[in-house]
Amino acid sequence: MTPTEQDLIDFVIAEARMIDERRFPEWLDLFAEDGIYWMPLEPDQEEEHLTTSLMYEDRLLLRTRVQRLEGQRTFSQKPKSRCQHLLQMPAVDEVNHEENLYRTYTPFHYVETRFDEQTLLAGWARHKLAVVEGKLMIKCKRVDLVNCDAPHRNIQLFV
Amino acid sequence: MNLQPGELKDKVRRLIREGEVHRDLYCSPEVFALEMEHLFRNAWIYVGHESQIPNKGDYAATEIGTQPILMVRHSDNSIRVLFNRCPHKGTQVVIDRQGNTGKFFRCPYHAWSFKTDGSLLAVPLKKGYEDSGLQESCAAKGMTPLAHSKNYRGFIFAKMNDAGPDFDSFFGESLSSLDNMIDRSPEARLEVVGSPLRYMHHCNWKMLVENQTDTCHPMVAHESSAGTVREIWEQEGGDGPKPMAVECILPFTSPYEFFENMGIRTWENGHGHTGVHHSIHSDYSAIEGYFEKMVEAYGETRAKAILDENRHNTVYFPNMMIKGPIQSLRLFKPLAADKTLVESWIFRLVGAPDKLLHRTAMYNRLINAPTSIVGHDDLEMYERAQAGLASDGNQWVNMQRLYDPAESETPNATYNGTTEAQMRNQFRAWEKFMTLDAGEAADARGSAA
Repeated sequence: MTPTEQDLIDFVIAEARMIDERRFPEWLDLFAEDGIYWMPLEPDQEEEHLTTSLMYEDRLLLRTRVQRLEGQRTFSQKPKSRCQHLLQMPAVDEVNHEENLYRTYTPFHYVETRFDEQTLLAGWARHKLAVVEGKLMIKCKRVDLVNCDAPHRNIQLFV
Repeated sequence: MNLQPGELKDKVRRLIREGEVHRDLYCSPEVFALEMEHLFRNAWIYVGHESQIPNKGDYAATEIGTQPILMVRHSDNSIRVLFNRCPHKGTQVVIDRQGNTGKFFRCPYHAWSFKTDGSLLAVPLKKGYEDSGLQESCAAKGMTPLAHSKNYRGFIFAKMNDAGPDFDSFFGESLSSLDNMIDRSPEARLEVVGSPLRYMHHCNWKMLVENQTDTCHPMVAHESSAGTVREIWEQEGGDGPKPMAVECILPFTSPYEFFENMGIRTWENGHGHTGVHHSIHSDYSAIEGYFEKMVEAYGETRAKAILDENRHNTVYFPNMMIKGPIQSLRLFKPLAADKTLVESWIFRLVGAPDKLLHRTAMYNRLINAPTSIVGHDDLEMYERAQAGLASDGNQWVNMQRLYDPAESETPNATYNGTTEAQMRNQFRAWEKFMTLDAGEAADARGSAA
């Protein structure tokens, strides 16, 4: 498979929709074996390991989250949170067929709600994608919140 | 609040019994105001770490109780702790969490300026104050320094009131936990790394502090997070070297027996720690090259002694917790009776391999972040408790587990690890520090007479 720009855009939009529709196992399968979900703590943060991030999760940790969300004794999900992504049209930043590397940039607004509380987050999602066994997969999804360093309330789902 | 000393003592005593505290301690705005007025002024409170302000003119802003303060590196290289308030109209002089102010502070409102020890340097249009009485005013004193401050091996603490014990008597033997965290650096030096995680809780600050030595909740409240990690690890076969993240979270599912045997130690003035004999941090994999560096620095016997100490959570009364083996520090900042900001800081062990910092940063985000599944478990319980306490059916919170009538006479002691003795120790200190300044003249506390 050689993805077109439209394939990349469709992928990013479909990925957000899976989260909004709580199709979490399907969403998890979008991540490559070495795929990472990264949400830095500071603006313009470059360091991945030697400083605190809000999230830096491999498939094992993401799977833990997904399985926990459905757990019988996951009290912070009784009742469950709901969320909605409002995406700007993803921009395709890089198409590199030789190196099997594709990058997109997607400004978003994200709403997460539980009980009567609703949290609005905004920021930019940067996807690094690759074709693995004929399918586009996530190598890294980096989510920079505009207010990454603010005193947040719970963020329980996936931005 | 204008309570007479006797009234204050009576009020405080009515709220506390051995093993039970009244829900007003968590819910009442009036009690919260009294805590800000007395407890947070009579106790030594953590301000920050010297590595946040390495150069002259560097400052870091924070709060003690609800009062804005800052620490700054003065021209003589000492660290000064000042109220972050212009003596003129009250404007906060610095607003960034940290920065460098050069040789002096300059208020952005009317350009009054101050040396970095707080003293007034200059006022524009000075002539206008001739014969005005300014020299005798509160304003002429500049930015007020806090009455007492102390740099303990890089950790800066301050106390606003004259009442209460000096630094060494306040902390006593509890400083051994800070010592152990610092000594884990082959150079006996720590450095703050990055910004703190900031996590907003809609509950009283004391619930968070109590939870630090609550060893009967991990296997229950964290079944969802740590239990899921266990399930997944078992699905994966459950053998072989554990990934670092699994190593960090799995011990939360340890059985009651593990926590009972781990032990709890209490110290005078409300300090105490879990993990006397072992802890959830005891079985981490060795990191290559670290032990060798420690032996080089301390000799083998001392290096082993430092690293064999695996204290879990050390509570520094009233509102701070450290984890020596993880090199993290959490501050529970009170904002209102039902609102608390939790800051979680991490440190680099200067001279140790980077892999330790890697684990420290990972632990911080896995356990302390607003995005942390472990954090979600805890916050849910705190906020349900805060809401539940509105109930008039029972106005008391219970902490009688493994109560020993002798414990109030022996503040420095060790216990079975599931005791609530440390919570009771905190409340005895709470009563003491709420009323320590009762009887002091009101103006000594800086209030108008």
